[in-house]
Amino acid sequence: MTMILGVPVAVLFGQLLLGIINGAFYALLSLGLAVIFGLLKIINFAHGAMYMMGAMATVIMFDALGINYWVALFVAPVIVGCFGMLIEYFLLRRIAGQDHIYSLLLTFGVALMIQGILTNIYGVSGMRYSMPDLFQGGFKLDFMYLPYYRAWVIFMALVVCFGTWFMIEKTKLGAYLRAGTEDAQLMQGFGINVPLLISLTYGFGVMLAAFAGVLAAPIYSVNPVMGSNILIVVFAVVVIGGMGSIAGAIITGLLMGVIEGLTKTFYPEFSSAVIFLVMVIVLLIRPSGLFGKEA
Amino acid sequence: MSQGPEKDYEQLRVAGLHAFYGESHILHGIDLVVHRGELVTLLGRNGAGRSTTLKAIMNMVGRRTGSIMINGNETMSCQPHHIARLGVGYCPEHRGIFSALNVHENLTLPPVVRSGGMSLEEIYNMFPNLYERRFSQGTKLSGGEQQMLAMARILRTGANMLLLDEITEGLAPVIVEKLAEVLVKLKNKGLTIVLVEQNFHFAAPLADRHYVMEHGQIVEEISAAELESKQAVLDNYLGV
Repeated sequence: MTMILGVPVAVLFGQLLLGIINGAFYALLSLGLAVIFGLLKIINFAHGAMYMMGAMATVIMFDALGINYWVALFVAPVIVGCFGMLIEYFLLRRIAGQDHIYSLLLTFGVALMIQGILTNIYGVSGMRYSMPDLFQGGFKLDFMYLPYYRAWVIFMALVVCFGTWFMIEKTKLGAYLRAGTEDAQLMQGFGINVPLLISLTYGFGVMLAAFAGVLAAPIYSVNPVMGSNILIVVFAVVVIGGMGSIAGAIITGLLMGVIEGLTKTFYPEFSSAVIFLVMVIVLLIRPSGLFGKEA
Repeated sequence: MSQGPEKDYEQLRVAGLHAFYGESHILHGIDLVVHRGELVTLLGRNGAGRSTTLKAIMNMVGRRTGSIMINGNETMSCQPHHIARLGVGYCPEHRGIFSALNVHENLTLPPVVRSGGMSLEEIYNMFPNLYERRFSQGTKLSGGEQQMLAMARILRTGANMLLLDEITEGLAPVIVEKLAEVLVKLKNKGLTIVLVEQNFHFAAPLADRHYVMEHGQIVEEISAAELESKQAVLDNYLGV
């Protein structure tokens, strides 16, 4: 068997693949955080809970109503996105313009409540969700085995990330978002309904998280605390990439997944800490993040 | 098409306007009227409350009391985005060019609020520099070009009342001349213009009337015809 640096090639690529998959989730989640932070200037601590709700909704809708994966892929993000818009309208809007710490605590509180309620009902042991039949099996490549579903996750994450980037950087709606990020008051003075734009943006960011949740349902353990585990890593990714850069959030997400995967191959004990080490180094050298604008 | 502006139509009537930023009370009862097609200036020293008056009209200050009628509609309870829809175009001090947008995106950002605005072609004819640099980042333009852009983007929207805040600030004389030409053209088109201006020599030949502000109040109203006789009063207020 071929070896690279004392590691079998199949193992190396296997870990690399897992890294890219994790990276795809990091990218989707940090992308949503970046979109929300850009216009609302809030750090959405409820993001993990929204991801979890996307996954839970997928499982619950299947168990209760027999709604399949393909429908859930669209319906779950829409439901969770609407829920996010309600949070924005009834809660976040009341503290707009206050110090960051208020929205941080508020969204954190909302996340804990959602988690608590769902834990009460469903427990934390994890819910079973079977892979859609279409995805049974995988590609047998020379150097590794690539399950269909893993390929699908990477493909969908890339499509959604690219689509979001395109919408924000190249369209009129995106121009509103970019301009609103700089000076929302002036935008409103031009006659643009900024409060509506803010609701929709929060809803969209939350939808991205819920979409990641649906993608995660067949491969990760679905339970009410799944969001809080991944969110800490995603915040580290966001700090590394720098707040406010859409492309930066996507690239950093994928990159950190790969770094984590490689570390798992060569020095597994360190794999859960490596992202935080990178974060410390980046903060020391470039405090505004790899893609952040210098303050 | 009606020739000449309808001079007796009140496009803007501000009465007893007070404005606050947090605890600080900035405007202390402003009363002013601007008729359609008029060019009116707000003169005064820095901190007299001229920019705040424009912002208060746009509902961009913390708290306001009093009355602001635009085209006969009371706007005190209007959200800012509804005010633009009444045909008001606002050009902020420091221009407010968006750095994340290129020149063309900056220009087309404000939605069209009324029919009868200038087409992109007309605008690019009026400001050829903007056409040449339409794919440059908005804030990479020179100060003068940025000012042209800030003006141009509210001409596209069809707004028929322009609130212009310190548009000549920090610009070279040749650019200031160009801006004066543009204002004359706009006035001839029948647009109503409220101009906050530091540069009296720029404003004097253009304006129909001047309001002089001090300590958040209007202390003098001078028509173009009275300028000469009231020059001493004006100099006193402006500290020239």
